[in-house]
Amino acid sequence: MTLLAIDWILLIEKLILIAIIVFASLGIALYTTFAERKVAAILQDRPGPNRAGPFGLFQPFADGLKLIMKEEIIPNTANKFLFVLGPGLAMTAALMTCAVIPWSSQVHIFDRTIDLQVADINIGILYVFGVVSMGVYGIMIGGWASNNKFSLMAALRGASQAISYELAMGLSLIAVLMLSGSLSLKTIVDQQMAPGHLWNVAYQPLGFLIFFICALAECNRTPFDLPEAENELNFGYHQEYSSMKLGFYLFSEYVNMIMSSAIMASLFFGGFDIPFLDESTLAPNLAAGLGVLALLVKIVIFIFVFMWIRWTVPRFRYDQLMNLGWKKMIPLALVNMLITGAVILWLQGK
Amino acid sequence: MSTIEILFFFLSALAVFSAIMVLVSKNPVHSVLWLIAVFFAISGHYVLLNAQFLAIVNLIVYAGAIMVLFLFVIMLMNLNSETEPQKHIWMKLAGVISGGCFLMMLISLVRQAVEMGGRKAMMAEGDTGLIKNLGKVLFSEYVVPFEITSVLFLSAMVGAVVIGKKN
Amino acid sequence: MQALTNRSKEVSRKPISFLESLYLPAIFKGMAITFSHMFKKQPTIHYPEQKRPFSPVFRGLHVLNRDEEGRERCTACGLCAVACPAEAITMEAAERMPGEENKYREEKYAARYEINMLRCIFCGLCEEACPKDAIYLSETFAPANFTRKGFIYGKSDLLIPDPKTEPEAYAKALGKGEKTTASTTN
Repeated sequence: MTLLAIDWILLIEKLILIAIIVFASLGIALYTTFAERKVAAILQDRPGPNRAGPFGLFQPFADGLKLIMKEEIIPNTANKFLFVLGPGLAMTAALMTCAVIPWSSQVHIFDRTIDLQVADINIGILYVFGVVSMGVYGIMIGGWASNNKFSLMAALRGASQAISYELAMGLSLIAVLMLSGSLSLKTIVDQQMAPGHLWNVAYQPLGFLIFFICALAECNRTPFDLPEAENELNFGYHQEYSSMKLGFYLFSEYVNMIMSSAIMASLFFGGFDIPFLDESTLAPNLAAGLGVLALLVKIVIFIFVFMWIRWTVPRFRYDQLMNLGWKKMIPLALVNMLITGAVILWLQGK
Repeated sequence: MSTIEILFFFLSALAVFSAIMVLVSKNPVHSVLWLIAVFFAISGHYVLLNAQFLAIVNLIVYAGAIMVLFLFVIMLMNLNSETEPQKHIWMKLAGVISGGCFLMMLISLVRQAVEMGGRKAMMAEGDTGLIKNLGKVLFSEYVVPFEITSVLFLSAMVGAVVIGKKN
Repeated sequence: MQALTNRSKEVSRKPISFLESLYLPAIFKGMAITFSHMFKKQPTIHYPEQKRPFSPVFRGLHVLNRDEEGRERCTACGLCAVACPAEAITMEAAERMPGEENKYREEKYAARYEINMLRCIFCGLCEEACPKDAIYLSETFAPANFTRKGFIYGKSDLLIPDPKTEPEAYAKALGKGEKTTASTTN
């Protein structure tokens, strides 16, 4: 073996892809904050932010600038290193998810075939779960390092919420995996794209509902947005944070939202599949481009639904949240899993 | 040295250093965080051995769930060096002796196992750790121990519920 | 108990049915309601571009009036200051010198006339107390300011423009023909 036998072109290719995906998701997240305010406004019969730039389009930059310019406060008694590490971890975990999402099929540039997916590992969906479970540390470390009892309690609340709903999420997913027989997101999407095969949501409506509710809880979205309950729960784990560190926490939530939308689209709604269109008839590059667009449209629709729910449903109380997670979601997911298994066996036996 | 070897030595050094830091850290929360670093290094080793499933399950179960529960307990108990009770000298001695016994046992086990010299780990080859093969092995060859383990977990769960119901 | 109106609704204390306990139908109903609001008309008035018409009895910022020849009407009698419940008005009187007849209508005039807009409660009692029709409350707000000092309005801020020398500004200050709620509703 030679020293560092690496396919350098592949490495550069992947690095460029990672950079594009990361910056694209950050850009989308930036405008998701704007969309959140606009959607809220429209649902409440008001115009929303419309002063910064045409239609208020520069609002996210104004918000970002405001966050950066604000005074950075690190509490005296806080654990400085961990205090800074917390938001960084939250952001990293949120962005790491994008590695296994198949953004589209392949493109051909300079007679190289480039997969529009950073890594097609055969445990793709488990990787997502692993990364999501790392996101809990961002919450816990941030809350603990603040050295504030309210932050700590909120961190424990947030972490136990994330862990509880991760279980139901995983169980609801198993039914999908039983259908597809693979953990690779790419394979799951390809199966849904195959002619004569409907999107997974048609086979797993209950599984999708459970997954969606759990995704709401994992992203700390309403009705599970306890960290944002400032008046009844004295705010969340980011109570002591200010300036861009707070911005990182809030921003990572939006990135999480995008990533979970992408995963839901890939698992249940055919990923980059365009409905009623056979992609194999198109030129490969065109099909890939349209695929990215299709996935983005699906993501945008999911994000809109997230926001729509936010401005409709009131927040759960903490015990209601736990009851829902453990006593309703998990049994429901188990039943869904059993029914799916039974139906698969019955179909095989026929 | 190939890339894999460099990664191997890096991960090994990280694992050993983190493990030492777990023991050395005064603050229990720091210990837990170093332990998570150890898990990450070990998961990296699994990936090098082409056992991706084991790697990620190690992360999900140990780093993602069990260590979070550890952190819960430690954060809630608010342990630090001031509140830690000073243990009696005999307790310390007993700890040293039992630890020593454990070390002896480990050494003898490793020595009795097949001779390690000249053997190399299968780097980036071998497919036992992939989810398909692992599933097959678990549900055919090792199905009895696997099911017994699940009974063990069930009994643990029942025990937890019984303790929780008491008050 | 006898209900006072027939608008009150009886509270249902029935235990919720299974379908209701799922909450999903209720959530979907709520989401339909919020979705329908996307297509409703926005009642927003985009303030600096659009302005809400004032009511004709609106009491805003004070104006010191002039007569048709452009002379200040105020004679510094101090009745407004006495009437003011918030004690926002202070003034200093001075005697009119010969040759100033085109500037002041009466023999005595206010050399200094100040209203503290932070104290003023815009009750309009000064307007009612004035025997010379010299002070009026206009249909404008007191604009924001950076200092507390900026809210003490002197004569230069309060006096209406001279109808002789600057007729356009005077006409604008009178606000004739501007929309009021009375003119829009009637």
